[in-house]
Amino acid sequence: MAKFETPALKEYLEMPASLKKDSMVHSGPFVAAPQHQEPLGFPGELVDNWQDVAIEKMGELLGKYRSLRVFLDSCVKCGACTDKCHYFLGTSDPNNMPVARQDLFRSVYRRYFTLGGKLFPKLVGAVKLDEGVLDQWWSYYHQCSQCRRCSVFCPYGIDTAEISMAAREIMASVGKGQKYSNEIIAKVFKIGNNLGLPEPALVDTMEGLEEDVKDETGVAVRYPVDVEGADVLLVTPSADFFAEPHVDGLIGYGKVFHQAGISWTVSSYASEAANFGMFVGSYENMRKIALRIRKAALDLGVKRIVFGECGHAWRVAYSFLNTLAGPFDFLDSKYPVPQHIIEVTHDLIKRGALTLDKSANDDKRVTFHDSCNVARASRMGDMPGGQFILPREVIKACCSHFFDMASDTIHDSTFCCGGGGGLLTDDLMELRVKGAMPRMQALKDVTERHQVTHLAAICAICKSQFSKVLPYYGFTMDQVVSVHQLVSEAIVLGAKD
Amino acid sequence: MAIEVNGKMYETDEEGYLANLNEWTKEIGEAMAVADNADLSESHWEVINFLREYYDEYQIAPAVRVLTKAIGKKFGKDKGNSKYLYELFPYGPAKQACKYAGLPKPTGCV
Repeated sequence: MAKFETPALKEYLEMPASLKKDSMVHSGPFVAAPQHQEPLGFPGELVDNWQDVAIEKMGELLGKYRSLRVFLDSCVKCGACTDKCHYFLGTSDPNNMPVARQDLFRSVYRRYFTLGGKLFPKLVGAVKLDEGVLDQWWSYYHQCSQCRRCSVFCPYGIDTAEISMAAREIMASVGKGQKYSNEIIAKVFKIGNNLGLPEPALVDTMEGLEEDVKDETGVAVRYPVDVEGADVLLVTPSADFFAEPHVDGLIGYGKVFHQAGISWTVSSYASEAANFGMFVGSYENMRKIALRIRKAALDLGVKRIVFGECGHAWRVAYSFLNTLAGPFDFLDSKYPVPQHIIEVTHDLIKRGALTLDKSANDDKRVTFHDSCNVARASRMGDMPGGQFILPREVIKACCSHFFDMASDTIHDSTFCCGGGGGLLTDDLMELRVKGAMPRMQALKDVTERHQVTHLAAICAICKSQFSKVLPYYGFTMDQVVSVHQLVSEAIVLGAKD
Repeated sequence: MAIEVNGKMYETDEEGYLANLNEWTKEIGEAMAVADNADLSESHWEVINFLREYYDEYQIAPAVRVLTKAIGKKFGKDKGNSKYLYELFPYGPAKQACKYAGLPKPTGCV
């Protein structure tokens, strides 16, 4: 990996003093091989007439998504978005200003789809799609984590994420797909999850958790796989089975279900919550992944579907699941379809169904990272802003010491962890480290003001990304924790007093 | 990409993971470590060998927790924690040790 400099954390988050043109133009992910492309319905490699195919695809998307055309037509270059992107703040590359990133697409759109662009391309900043443009798209549409922070500040609500998704779909459709995302989607189709964790390994891992929890607590908490007739199907990111601190969250979900007397199961067929189809902008692939959840719910005869801690999964689940894979009229209508594990735990806490001993977390001073897609593309509970309120209430019920980061870095102004949207891959490490800078800045601030020791998260990507980048900024990898890890520590198992 | 060991070329992916895990030999693992400026001790091999055994049975590398537990059981409690494994494999036990073991890199949100 090429050497790069980790941005310095200053006293305040500063706007880059000088722009570094093309400083990140070298950054791009590995290109998908034919075996990663073809199972998704994309050509194996760049097709000969790729320009024609790309423009045709662009036309198709413009027809399908009215929003895309509106976003491309409505920008007035006011500049409100320019300093809102964590990748721009971390890299100073002007193409990472959201408006500039959009313009890479917009200028091609103008050339082929607007009268002015067809007749007077130079006057309206319209350009032909050529290899140079494709290379720029490849670099800079893989420097957008589709976190939508810029769209919060745009007076027209232009959503750069949708433009990035469209650009990626066009690139995949001409045979230039991203290896990381596409290899993973192909694994979901073949094995059922992003990791490629087959059923026997899943069963072995979950049995291991049962042993561990029994050893630690003396209580036989179950971690069931493929149990027909369970009330709840838990759909969680496969990282929860595999990585740390994710697994500590999964242990927590199990303890909550146990203590509430809710029967639950995971499915080996739909053992993945994250839906990478969204990252590559492909509705068809997103739908295929979502339909696995429907099939698992029907096959196992469950009454409820609950999602584990996974940011993008919750966006797809909350906002799109019903259109992608509904109707879910076979589920129990007394519960939200789908439900987030935070909602389940929050509801149980409210009803006094759980006994929580906060002193178990007295060694921690905790802050909370709002995951981008939970914060800006979904909701929890039945009140506006519930997605901000519920996780904090769950944490506060489990910890005595909670402190929020600066107000312009949380809630719907939250900064992406730097690894979202299909960028959590080692070939983009420089981008990931630099893009994490604004979040690290806010963390440093609460560390100094409130002696915060732990950063709690509710997204598998955020957790992995922070484990990796925290050490670059002088923190330690074990400072990131799962929210349900805090629940797991605090929950008192056994009969209620 | 490829790696040369004893005059023979072995195909790898962009990050140096072996393309065909059946071609793996101890020497290939050694050569990959040398290329990374890492030195493989007996303790490293305990982990690498366990990864290969687990992969043989389950077609996937073990979860970090499964790995730490198994290493602790087999080689002593002081080795059964992720701190120890990260000291051996600073780039992450799952990713770095898998590479030397000739196994594919774990994918997903990890």
